[in-house]
Amino acid sequence: MVKTPVRFTLNGQETGLFIDEAANLLEALRRGAGDLTPKQGCAQGTCGTCTVLIDGEPRLSCITLAQSVEGTHVETTASLGRGEMLAPLQQAFIDGFAAQCGFCTPGMLMAATALLRRNPNPSRDEVIEAISGNLCRCTGYEPIVDAILEAARSGGAAGTRAGHG
Amino acid sequence: MTTIEFRKDLFADERDDNLNEIGKPKLRQDIVGHVTGRSPYYDDHLFEGLLHMRCVRSPHHHARIRAIDYTRAEAMPGVVRIVRPQDVPHNINTLLSLINFGRDDEALLQPDKVAYKGEPVAAVIATSERAARDAVAAITVDYEVLAHVLDLDAALAPDAPIVNETYPNNTFDYHERFDHQKLRFGDVDAAFAQADHIVEDSYQMSPIEQAPLETCGAIAAPETNDRYVCYTGTQALFFSLGTTAKLLDMASSRLHFIGGTVGGGFGGKVDSLHEPLAVLGAMLTGAPVKFCFDREEEMQVGAPRGAERWHIKDGVMNDGRIVARAFTGLFDAGAYTRLSSYAIVKATGHLPGPYTIPNIASNVYCVYTNRTPATAMRGFGITGVDFAIECHMDQVAERVGADPIELRLINAYRDGDMKAHRRSAKNTALIECCQVAAQKAQWALSPQMAALSSLQGGGEGWRAQIPATPTDAVGQIGERRRQTVPLEPGQHGAPAGQVPAGQAGETVHAAPPQREDMQVAPERIGHRTAATPGYPASPGPQRSTPVVPPAHAPAYASASPSPRGTPAAPATRTFASPTPQPPPPLQASPAPALQDLSLQRQPPPSSPSSSSPSSSPLRTTGYQPLPPYQPQPAHHRPAAGGPGTSASNAPAASTASTTPPSPAPSPPPSTASPPTAPSGDGPASDAYRPEQPFQRGVKRPGVSRFISGTRRR
Repeated sequence: MVKTPVRFTLNGQETGLFIDEAANLLEALRRGAGDLTPKQGCAQGTCGTCTVLIDGEPRLSCITLAQSVEGTHVETTASLGRGEMLAPLQQAFIDGFAAQCGFCTPGMLMAATALLRRNPNPSRDEVIEAISGNLCRCTGYEPIVDAILEAARSGGAAGTRAGHG
Repeated sequence: MTTIEFRKDLFADERDDNLNEIGKPKLRQDIVGHVTGRSPYYDDHLFEGLLHMRCVRSPHHHARIRAIDYTRAEAMPGVVRIVRPQDVPHNINTLLSLINFGRDDEALLQPDKVAYKGEPVAAVIATSERAARDAVAAITVDYEVLAHVLDLDAALAPDAPIVNETYPNNTFDYHERFDHQKLRFGDVDAAFAQADHIVEDSYQMSPIEQAPLETCGAIAAPETNDRYVCYTGTQALFFSLGTTAKLLDMASSRLHFIGGTVGGGFGGKVDSLHEPLAVLGAMLTGAPVKFCFDREEEMQVGAPRGAERWHIKDGVMNDGRIVARAFTGLFDAGAYTRLSSYAIVKATGHLPGPYTIPNIASNVYCVYTNRTPATAMRGFGITGVDFAIECHMDQVAERVGADPIELRLINAYRDGDMKAHRRSAKNTALIECCQVAAQKAQWALSPQMAALSSLQGGGEGWRAQIPATPTDAVGQIGERRRQTVPLEPGQHGAPAGQVPAGQAGETVHAAPPQREDMQVAPERIGHRTAATPGYPASPGPQRSTPVVPPAHAPAYASASPSPRGTPAAPATRTFASPTPQPPPPLQASPAPALQDLSLQRQPPPSSPSSSSPSSSPLRTTGYQPLPPYQPQPAHHRPAAGGPGTSASNAPAASTASTTPPSPAPSPPPSTASPPTAPSGDGPASDAYRPEQPFQRGVKRPGVSRFISGTRRR
């Protein structure tokens, strides 16, 4: 099958991949770049589990053509925190028990990261709106909303800076 | 942050307050993996040269497979291997065969006849998911479409299509003899006749897809030591391992299963559909193979919670007491058994819900339809019937004009009450839950209802007793098959006799042991009842409790002193029908009243319960009837030849004979423990107490420490 080159910045690192022409960004990130943090839930753009940031905007990587991210900045959950150092948002998810099975969590974190950068002090309604494209089948929405609000209170914009703690 | 409210005022005397974990924040050990996106779900394992498997699925609900044409698919680029039904070494299974329950009825890849839409008939392994999809689309299957049945009642009609050839009556066979799981406790027919109201209705549950965010799947790959590794999202890792070993006819020691990180399950990942095919693919190709549902398959093919149809008939007194409850349950298993047969056993054990009702009957049918096979979902086996029960409680409340919460309080079970499955209830809390719920909802309860407690009044008189239960001419409880009897329980004609309790009159044969050292001792089988050696002498088959207990004793035993006729009750507790009750003797202890009423209902004179019929008159119905019912004297139950059984039980029986038949049988001395504790005294903490079967550190007589495996003697 014909492979096509694509270059973009992944979590601050210049990245170049040879991908199938029809590959979606999710497959390119997981199988190509080896970043397994975005998860595949529905592969049809309805569950939000595969949410990544493209130039700061939350996007569904399962219905994004990998070639289309040429030259952009792509961020995944792997950009949050470093090693033992977690971003305030991640710490708030831990403290608030905002993950059960954990499968929707990376998508939730990316949607919340985009929100908190755009709006460091969101209202509860704005948080709900921001994660309205993300499904949590464990139905733990309340702790997730609480955790995002707590992160806004404690850490401001969720850290994407290296070494943020 | 949300906080949890603890009502430590409730049951305060049942615990000390030095809990180390409960009530305190606790980090899950996998939380850091979750918030960093690094928890290893099955698909988070990268393999070089990973192949993708997809199934050819039936577009029909019910069809015979005439032929399959693989030729176009075989020639397509990227196709590595086509997996046919004959490639599966042992292509027939039922999940619960691992615990010897039910007959093998489902193929991994169906060779002959599909019985639900989406059933797999073949699989394709290709170098990419897209190539596998294209190849699946290029395989043409010649189907002879058959009539299908999607409705429970229609599936039970005499001319219904046969869904599952293994069970041609469209019902699971329990114990190879019954087409339903039955429960009998007391005499519902007699109680219905005495009830003030009969409240009947039917309830229907829908199938529900668990819809986990991570779809079901597995990746298998050859290891270098003649084993296969399998990463899987299953909720039942060792069930999947055993099922894979069986279907692929290989030693389970060659399977290396890794799981435990599940992206949401909710019961939908216990059917072991993916691991066998993934491992088979790895065996056939020598390469890593991933087999998973896409979202459409997860919804269409993934096994949902089964639909259930429940019919409930209650006999209710004017004061709100439910004196009889009969269930007919139809459980939609879909096309194959999977776990539905077990769900019904569990549902039956749950009946009649958290209430103490003196007469209960139930027939539950595991019905096959051409719908997607059902499986577990949260509260498996319980949720559906609880939905029906609680809807019905509201109907009953409306009929008798009772407050719905107070109706539940009146009938709530309490500690010490005998459950229909013949175990004493303990740690009950329905009363307290209702009281707190009413308080939270600012729902007024009458003072005597607010004063009820699960710890008071339970286990008094009839509440602790196993009632006599009618049997038929061959000493059997209930019906056998719906072909010969009406569906509704308890309408099979006049009872011919009665058994006092449990399995006392039935010969129970143990499953043959798999190994010598797993030999089952006879005294381990069945319930420990009054007719079992070592227990107080049986009161005999005569009914020692009234079919309908006296009005005041159970419901208000622990309430304020003058519960009946008190005008102080608030308006929420006005019962519509003012029909006066038979004057109940007002006594603090209900036991004498029970004695007075104990022989209210006599067994029919035609067949005295104490003698067994000499022949079985029902031999024309096509099934193999049980041997005639022979009531056994208390000491004639077969005893094991092992140490400490019949001989050491004798003193227990003699001790018991000095005490009258009591509602709660006094515990017999543990036959295995040295006779330090005085025999028959309950409170000794290490004594064997049959109503508390799972006490830590107590050795049950005749029961090895480990139920399976090497027996410790």
